[in-house]
Amino acid sequence: MAVSFRGGIHPGDRKADTKDKPIVWLSPSRLMVYPMSQHIGAPCKPIVSVGDHVNMGQKIGESDAFVSAPIHSSVSGTVVEIRPHRHPNGSMCEAVIIENDYADTLEEGIRAYDDYDKLSREEKLARVREAGIVGLGGAGFPTHIKLSPPPDKKVDCVIINGAECEPYLTSDHRVMLEMPETVLDGLDIIMDILGVDKGYVAIEENKPDAIERIKACLSDHPRATVVALKTKYPQGSEKQLIEAVTGRQVPSGGLPADVGVVVNNIDTCTAVYNAVTHCQPVMSRVVTVSGGAVNSPQNFRVRVGTPFAEVIEHAGGLKENAAKVVMGGPMMGIAQFDLSVPVTKGTSAILAFTQKEVAPKPYSPCIRCGECVRKCPMHLMPLYLNAYAQKGNLEMCLKYNIMDCIECGVCSYLCQCSNHPVQSIKIAKAKINAERRKQKGGQ
Amino acid sequence: MSMENNNKLLVSYAPHLRGEDSIAKTMGNVVFALIPALVGAVYFFGFRALILTLVTVLSCVLSEYIWDRLTKKENTITDLSAVVTGVLLSFCLPVTLPLYMAAIGGVFAIIIVKMFFGGVGQNIVNPALAARAFLLASWPVDMTRFVAPFSRLSLFGANADVVSGATPLAVVKGAEDAVAASYTDLFFGNVAGCIGEVSALLLLIGGAYLLIRRIITPVIPLVYIATVGLFGWMFGGEGLFAGDFIYHILSGGVILAGFFMATDYVTSPMTAWGAAVYAFGAGLITGVIRIFGGYPEGATYGILVMNIVTPLIDKAIKPRVFGKGRKAVAK
Repeated sequence: MAVSFRGGIHPGDRKADTKDKPIVWLSPSRLMVYPMSQHIGAPCKPIVSVGDHVNMGQKIGESDAFVSAPIHSSVSGTVVEIRPHRHPNGSMCEAVIIENDYADTLEEGIRAYDDYDKLSREEKLARVREAGIVGLGGAGFPTHIKLSPPPDKKVDCVIINGAECEPYLTSDHRVMLEMPETVLDGLDIIMDILGVDKGYVAIEENKPDAIERIKACLSDHPRATVVALKTKYPQGSEKQLIEAVTGRQVPSGGLPADVGVVVNNIDTCTAVYNAVTHCQPVMSRVVTVSGGAVNSPQNFRVRVGTPFAEVIEHAGGLKENAAKVVMGGPMMGIAQFDLSVPVTKGTSAILAFTQKEVAPKPYSPCIRCGECVRKCPMHLMPLYLNAYAQKGNLEMCLKYNIMDCIECGVCSYLCQCSNHPVQSIKIAKAKINAERRKQKGGQ
Repeated sequence: MSMENNNKLLVSYAPHLRGEDSIAKTMGNVVFALIPALVGAVYFFGFRALILTLVTVLSCVLSEYIWDRLTKKENTITDLSAVVTGVLLSFCLPVTLPLYMAAIGGVFAIIIVKMFFGGVGQNIVNPALAARAFLLASWPVDMTRFVAPFSRLSLFGANADVVSGATPLAVVKGAEDAVAASYTDLFFGNVAGCIGEVSALLLLIGGAYLLIRRIITPVIPLVYIATVGLFGWMFGGEGLFAGDFIYHILSGGVILAGFFMATDYVTSPMTAWGAAVYAFGAGLITGVIRIFGGYPEGATYGILVMNIVTPLIDKAIKPRVFGKGRKAVAK
């Protein structure tokens, strides 16, 4: 029986264009761009200078802060510029720009295979940190922090998130089909690091082939089990996933470790495997290029730093009527206005839509149909949050638990009046956070 | 990718896809669900019933159109909500009602109850029911002149001289000339009453359609209808618990009100528990008026009163936020 959570929607998965397309390695471009912030936490400082030669896999950005993840070059070549560059999140971010020499000279220390069984827990964790691994599902939380919870939190299970509930996205699906052993090896390593003996690979029912594939490999991984999830958005949201698999609710304002769970993305598992066995940093990731305005939708393994425009060119380019380009899924992804932005560690997809697909619907005042209340996966009342947020009444927003919103976009998707609660909520949350920071600074 | 093309890219906050639902779609579904009962109305009361419905619909839609024009607002009649109000209003009118009164009802529903408060989504009570209450207060005789099914009626003229027939609810009131209708007649609609309320069967078909299409949830109709039935059973007979549960459910406008009036989005609560409280309250007031009150039917006032209480219910009953309930116990 497939498990799930209360609420959520069925937007139609639209994955048919790419789900059967094997992952194709994409050759890197001549100029590669490495923003110094590709994670939640302190940005990195460049540790190379203009004119330096760098190897493939060499660390080029670093930070002393605990919550941070180093940045590595994914090609060998010469540093030609260090300057602010447009980041796919819309901001300007300091970036190291490297001219590719196409030699792919590998950094010393990245080896063919290392028998990781003899490594201590700390050594494995150090390799994860050094590899700059962050949650590759898109949030970008540094993985080494997830894997070293404070001693008072007793973690007893690991969930690998193979829900991939966003429409169009098939990158995790393809990784599960093409390298199930690597995913499960990565899960074993994560369980070793955390010292737990229960690991779940949770997959939505719309990927029966992936469920079969992983199940077929389980004999070598006795601690792992496969959990089938109902196909529903946002099933892959961390809190909803944990509730579906374990029946536990992460307390409001808390972290998964508060209920003894650590969640990692599918591609994060393969990255952990590469880091611990090969000392290989995150240099590439699987990116789904799809949507109605892409000529030939594909799954690519793209080197981090490759500009969006190049990736799109490799998928046959955009159609004439392309109106919107999005990084990530259509429900939570970020709209792009400058396609020179590079693929970062968190780029799970590049989607392009036609005018018809993203045309705004006519707005009308809320008629209180109640769908947003019934379908909100956090059981909030988005219509009231929307009204209070638009009035700027932050106090009432807090009363209606605005900070618990996970910004999944379900309310805006289903609204028959074309209201946009998640947008006003996001703006109000930003105001509340700014106010809180100001208060903290004042003390 | 050239720069010119870059400049044309749309930027907005996620989600980038939107669902297919719209107000017009919802309202269209409601109108569709009302068609069986409308056909029934024509069958039992003749084409005069259809004319009555056309008059209220036209009056509602025109009122909204003219209001939008006069206030220089965007034209909103295409959302079909005025059509729904018009059909529902006609459904709770007697077939003999002079047409100009029906038209005034439509103007009242749209202008006073809906547009004065800001238009669609902003009204605090159900426009059709408020208009019915207004008409009942203004023309009590005309609003209670019911005729038996299959009476000969003038299509457009006054029907003041037609022999009136007692409604099944008159029995509940203990009217002297009233004879209780059979369950079969009540179920199929072969009784005197407002044009859209008589046939339980045809209303249930429409209600089932709304449930299947998930336009409404079952909480309000179930709780409302059951409450009226239970109240009738408890207090509607000689002594306690001697009333007729089924008679109370099938007579009057309970089924019409439960599925189509009380479920109005704008004026009913957000949560399932809130909806249950609201429907229970409406059912209770309906029952009290039916059995102890001075009006023949209490559905109108039961729902109108609970419409007004709805904001308070929504303040008091909220969903339990994820991570704040008993399930969220830190390990």
